[in-house]
Amino acid sequence: MLTKHSIQTRWKPHKISWPLVSLLLLLLINLLFIPSFFALEIRDGQLYGSVVDVLHRGSIGMILALGMTLVVATGGVDLSVGSIMAITGAVAALLLTASTLSTLLIIPIALIVALLAGSINGLLVTRAGLQPIVATLILMVSGRGIARFITGEKVIGFGNEAHAGSFSFIGNGTLLGLPFTITLAATLFIVTLWVVRKTALGLFIEALGTNEKASHATGIQAQRIKMGVYLFAAFCAGIAGLIDTANIQAADTVNAGIFTELDAIFAVVVGGTALTGGKFNLTGSLIGALLLQTLLTTLYTFGVAADTAPIPKALVILTVCLLQSESVQKRLQQRRHP
Amino acid sequence: MTSTDSQPCLSIRGLSKAFPGVQALTDVQLDLYAGEVQALMGENGAGKSTLIKTLTGVYTRDRGTITLHQQSLTCSSLMEAEQAGISTVFQEINLIPTLSIAENIMLGREPRTKGFIDWKSLRKQAQQALESVGIQADVNQTLSSCSTAMQQMVAIARALQINAQVLILDEPTASLDEQEVETLFSVLNQLKQQGVALLFVTHFLDQVYQICDRITVLRNGHHIGSYHTNELPRLDLISAMLGREAPESTAAIHTEKEANKPKDPFLKATNLGRGNTIQPFDFSIQKGDVTGIAGLLGSGRTEMVRLLFGLDTASSGTLTINQQPIKNPTPRRLMQAGVAFCPEDRKKEGVFLTLSVRENIILALQSQQGAFRPIPIEKQAALADHYIEALNIKTPTRETPVGNLSGGNQQKVLLARWLAVHPQLIILDEPTRGIDIGAKQEIESLINQLHQQGMAVIFISSELEEVVRTSHRIAVMRDRQLIALLEGQDSTEKNILDRIAQHHAH
Repeated sequence: MLTKHSIQTRWKPHKISWPLVSLLLLLLINLLFIPSFFALEIRDGQLYGSVVDVLHRGSIGMILALGMTLVVATGGVDLSVGSIMAITGAVAALLLTASTLSTLLIIPIALIVALLAGSINGLLVTRAGLQPIVATLILMVSGRGIARFITGEKVIGFGNEAHAGSFSFIGNGTLLGLPFTITLAATLFIVTLWVVRKTALGLFIEALGTNEKASHATGIQAQRIKMGVYLFAAFCAGIAGLIDTANIQAADTVNAGIFTELDAIFAVVVGGTALTGGKFNLTGSLIGALLLQTLLTTLYTFGVAADTAPIPKALVILTVCLLQSESVQKRLQQRRHP
Repeated sequence: MTSTDSQPCLSIRGLSKAFPGVQALTDVQLDLYAGEVQALMGENGAGKSTLIKTLTGVYTRDRGTITLHQQSLTCSSLMEAEQAGISTVFQEINLIPTLSIAENIMLGREPRTKGFIDWKSLRKQAQQALESVGIQADVNQTLSSCSTAMQQMVAIARALQINAQVLILDEPTASLDEQEVETLFSVLNQLKQQGVALLFVTHFLDQVYQICDRITVLRNGHHIGSYHTNELPRLDLISAMLGREAPESTAAIHTEKEANKPKDPFLKATNLGRGNTIQPFDFSIQKGDVTGIAGLLGSGRTEMVRLLFGLDTASSGTLTINQQPIKNPTPRRLMQAGVAFCPEDRKKEGVFLTLSVRENIILALQSQQGAFRPIPIEKQAALADHYIEALNIKTPTRETPVGNLSGGNQQKVLLARWLAVHPQLIILDEPTRGIDIGAKQEIESLINQLHQQGMAVIFISSELEEVVRTSHRIAVMRDRQLIALLEGQDSTEKNILDRIAQHHAH
């Protein structure tokens, strides 16, 4: 048993090495072919450049991946985060145009609506005992309808509203020379990481995802934890929805957050958290989300049209997943050491 | 009935099988004749399922020979075994609930014409197979709409459709009611007449004496003996299963009980019961008391302690701890009240295989303290190291996933988890099951230590000798009922065996 273990640790690369290697590879390609990728310049006290742009645009993906990681770690999945983004954006846009409330009130109200949506997911999973994929599918499908109902089935633009300026800071503002979105994503990441690892919440989530029956027999309150992770995922989706709406100065319920739930799941899986639940890796998920955004930006820089970008994107996703797959790794090893 | 056929249909010699850390089968032999029903008996971890799985190619054997009609047989899958003529009906019916009866019976060997399934003859063949076990039913109905007994019959019909010469039934009656059992038995008798050799795994003694011609007993992976049913009294069968009948003198140790000062019980169950799974019972235990629970598999031992820990919901009765009633008992409430529980199914309800040894050990303590009072990492490490040393847990490091350890060491990790919360009562359900002799002795001496520290212990084991040696008091279970509490001089192996073997009313 001793020798077997040491062999395993010797040959098995760390869970996040593949996404990290892929990300570095992408950056290397950029360095070789698009030297301007790493160029940075300061204009009007603000930092500009492709790298900054990747972080700015990737903030939504990174924030969603945080919430998704914890849901996946419990053995669940949340398909509704894209729709919750749309709902939050719609609520914010409606309040901005139809009321005189200040931004400082609009933001918490929109986030409360997001949490309400999350509590529906949580209740369906914990009380009704629905499978997470089904429970959250309900809100994924109906949520976009709800968002459209809120906006009256049209795009609500608020670029011309007098008091929209402070709201759009969430998506377009600059703090200490960097886009505010980067600071926001980084803060959320650090706080989440700190909370789950400094308290025992992370351990309880992992225990629950590894063996729900055993965690019940160990006195862990599984239902509360599950409720908590769906609320947190919805909260992250709410923040992401606000960023998105503030960014384009409008609530576009048809396109807001569309397919982002799938990107978030991809980021989580590539980052080393298994869909079956258990051990999770927040840093891995963050790298996974960055990998996606870097890839997309790189493709655009190479002149790939937005419509065809999904094809090379899918190929890269496939490659990373294959590299991570245990059976593929085993086969590669057998070839190396017959 | 004794077969006049001198050659056995199926013959097993010197069969051995080891898993990491445990020798599951040692030199096992078995002869099965055409036209007989043979019972395969044994307690938890005796090796019954390993024997069946090795026989049918689910596991590969380490040593030994299997011959079917004098031809050496090596199967590498259930399918190959079926083709060779050995079919198995498992306890958890492995059919597909959403398909029809006909589809289930014919699955994998559908009659075809020009590559397409010939549905008409498929239904006809299924109908015939079902009739051969004496059942008239619409083969088009989906399996999930049938009763468990009917599903069992479908499984048998499927097995026979392949012209099985040997039919293995792994606890087929566990979920059947009395009438359904009768139906099953009439089918088995019919098959016997047709010359099928039947190997019948069960833990219901009455059924063994009702239908079986011969009995083979396994214990701890060893072949204890094969007997004709009418030559083996019940008491002897139970002795064979639970361990040698010890001389009268080895009564329970620690009989120096301070009986003169009756203390208030730590835990007290009054009229606690749960529907059909366990009859209402009264039970109490004091601090520093070691109570063993003896009884055969399926007698209600596990069901009883699961109620005491709130893992199952009681349908009647009350539970109090230190005179305080526990409302709606849950594991969390019982844990807070000072009770710990190491479950029988360690992989399913005990350890967290992918979490590290350290995490597994601190988890109950952490759960007791709550998420927001984390145990500092240095203290976690110290706790883990302490128990790794104290319980002699063999692990490369404290950060190794528990799944990499052997069964006995996983069991010790589970024990460590509960010892870390310093409970006042610890319930151990088969802590010595499926682990090697050395680890067994360590766990036994640990129970003694806990007793000396004033902890109350409830200890379940299928090995009677072990229960008697370790406990002060023995609760005897039979037919989902607590039938006796034996103390002091009374708690002898003989006494317990007598109680278990008593015929019950019907």
